[in-house]
Amino acid sequence: MNMISLKNIKKDYSSGDLTTKVLHGISFDIQEGEFVAIMGPSGSGKSTLMNILGLLDTPTEGDYILDGKNVSSLSDDEQARIRAQKIGFVFQSFNLLPRTSVLRNVMMPFIYNKSEHLSTKEREERAKKALSAAGFPENRWHNLSSHLSGGQIQRVAIARALVNNPVLILADEPTGNLDSKTSDIVLKTFQELNRKEGRTIILITHEHDVAAYADRCIIIKDGVISEN
Amino acid sequence: MKIQDLVQETNTALFANKSRTFLTVLGIVIGIASVIIMLAIGKGAQNEIQSSINSLGSNLLTVIPGTSRGGPSGTGTGGKPLTIADANAIRDKILLVDEVSPELTTRSQVVAGAQNINTTITGIVPEYQKIKSIDMEIGIFITEGQNRNFSKVAVLGPTVRDSLFGIDSNPVGQKVRINANTYTVIGVTKSKGGSGFSNPDDMIIIPLSTAAQYLSGGDSLSSISVTTVETEDLKQVEKEIEELLLERHAIRNRDPELADFSTFNMADLSEAAASVTGIFSLLLGSVAGISLLVGGIGIMNMMLTTVRERTREIGLRKAIGARSKDISNQFLLESVLITCIGGIFGIILGVGVAQLITLSGILTTSVSLFSIILALGVSAIIGIGFGYYPARRAAKLNPIEALRYE
Repeated sequence: MNMISLKNIKKDYSSGDLTTKVLHGISFDIQEGEFVAIMGPSGSGKSTLMNILGLLDTPTEGDYILDGKNVSSLSDDEQARIRAQKIGFVFQSFNLLPRTSVLRNVMMPFIYNKSEHLSTKEREERAKKALSAAGFPENRWHNLSSHLSGGQIQRVAIARALVNNPVLILADEPTGNLDSKTSDIVLKTFQELNRKEGRTIILITHEHDVAAYADRCIIIKDGVISEN
Repeated sequence: MKIQDLVQETNTALFANKSRTFLTVLGIVIGIASVIIMLAIGKGAQNEIQSSINSLGSNLLTVIPGTSRGGPSGTGTGGKPLTIADANAIRDKILLVDEVSPELTTRSQVVAGAQNINTTITGIVPEYQKIKSIDMEIGIFITEGQNRNFSKVAVLGPTVRDSLFGIDSNPVGQKVRINANTYTVIGVTKSKGGSGFSNPDDMIIIPLSTAAQYLSGGDSLSSISVTTVETEDLKQVEKEIEELLLERHAIRNRDPELADFSTFNMADLSEAAASVTGIFSLLLGSVAGISLLVGGIGIMNMMLTTVRERTREIGLRKAIGARSKDISNQFLLESVLITCIGGIFGIILGVGVAQLITLSGILTTSVSLFSIILALGVSAIIGIGFGYYPARRAAKLNPIEALRYE
């Protein structure tokens, strides 16, 4: 079953009279349970693509079907609702809340997910499960996020992306700020999530080494797919 | 977003930077407290002025000879003087009148033994005691019989007693000489304190008949005090007295512009004082309002700084599914919470300081429920008003740009 189906996605940015075409018609499908890397040099349009895939931006043209639903032209609030229910983000710069415990960081997505009404206890259970799945050591669950190492921080971020059981995990350069050793650990975590739990993962990167962890690689160059 | 989530997020944010939150709250505390203190002082001053006016008699009306309407003034400028007959006519002909007290006031030298002072001598009738609500410290007040018999008796004010016979002495039975006549002291009034126009403590009271006979040598009066049973009747009685006296004094066409007497009542005075103290309160309140406004700007400042500092966090929250409304609610609640906490502590501080002012004896302040409700309402409005712009700014952030913000 297609988890994601992009059909001729185009994206223009206009400022004043000047229109910059970033994506020139991108089409591909991603199956449920796939681990896909989207690669490309900077300026290739992969960030724009990732914003569209993550429903942070809307395409100028084309259709985006996510989990059987056309989501290419939704209002801001509808986009937010789908982000809350179906997409888990992992960012390059982690973006954890400072001075806040690991557990509360992981529980944050529940605040904005209206479809599930969980008690604080259920939320904690789910957060702990997500932390275990992301391979985060149990003895640090109550630590403040500012007292963790880079690899641990990114695992917390992965757990946060998992906690709402999203259909899609979008990781945007998740290892960009990590050394090669911790990168390996984090990427292996993604691999395990994909293999053991069957999660659909899209990994956006500009490094071949990183892309090598994925099962499939889509390469973007100058706004078009050059290799799939 | 559930309410308890919203409250928890807000608490976390406020506690994240305790000293900044504290200083911002302090701004509101000072603003609210000063509004409450200033209004309490204004109200206290108003009460004090009103009560000293009321101590003169709230249903009191005074008629004096001469005019206050710009024409010739004083008793000796052509018009007829007020007489005891006028006073009797007022008592007999006007229905709503309660008491009428004709008075004759002069200044004279008073001698007792070796002491010699110059003071006010007032000739009165017994009704004077009720009208001016005079209490006796020692002895008795002037009686109707003494007035009828031209008795040479005197009631001293406490200040006069202190000067002539020594502080807190009992002069009853002693003699004082006023204008070559000897009077027997029959009582001393209780101290009332100076209240406005004259000092009732620095005065000697003698029967009106005696004063007319031995001091002024005629029956013209200095004033006629009239009370009504009900304060509401004052205006009506004042009008009727005016008509009566215009007729008795044979004023041409009974034209009030030509009257050779004037009336004034305590209700008018009290109204005038109320409007003055009202302006006074308004002035104090607006000064305090400015400090509240400054406190509000402090909140806006803090919230704008917070929005900037937490841009990435806002981006993240939006990315994981927060709607614009969730974000703006969170920031709005932060600023409302700050003002409400500030408002509550401001009320406590304001009421406390108002109590201290009362205890220190400077002024009996009065904190009204209205000022507390006003303060709370204003602080909530400030929270929403000054928090709205920063909250909108946070909500409008584009998540993509916010996440990249350094």
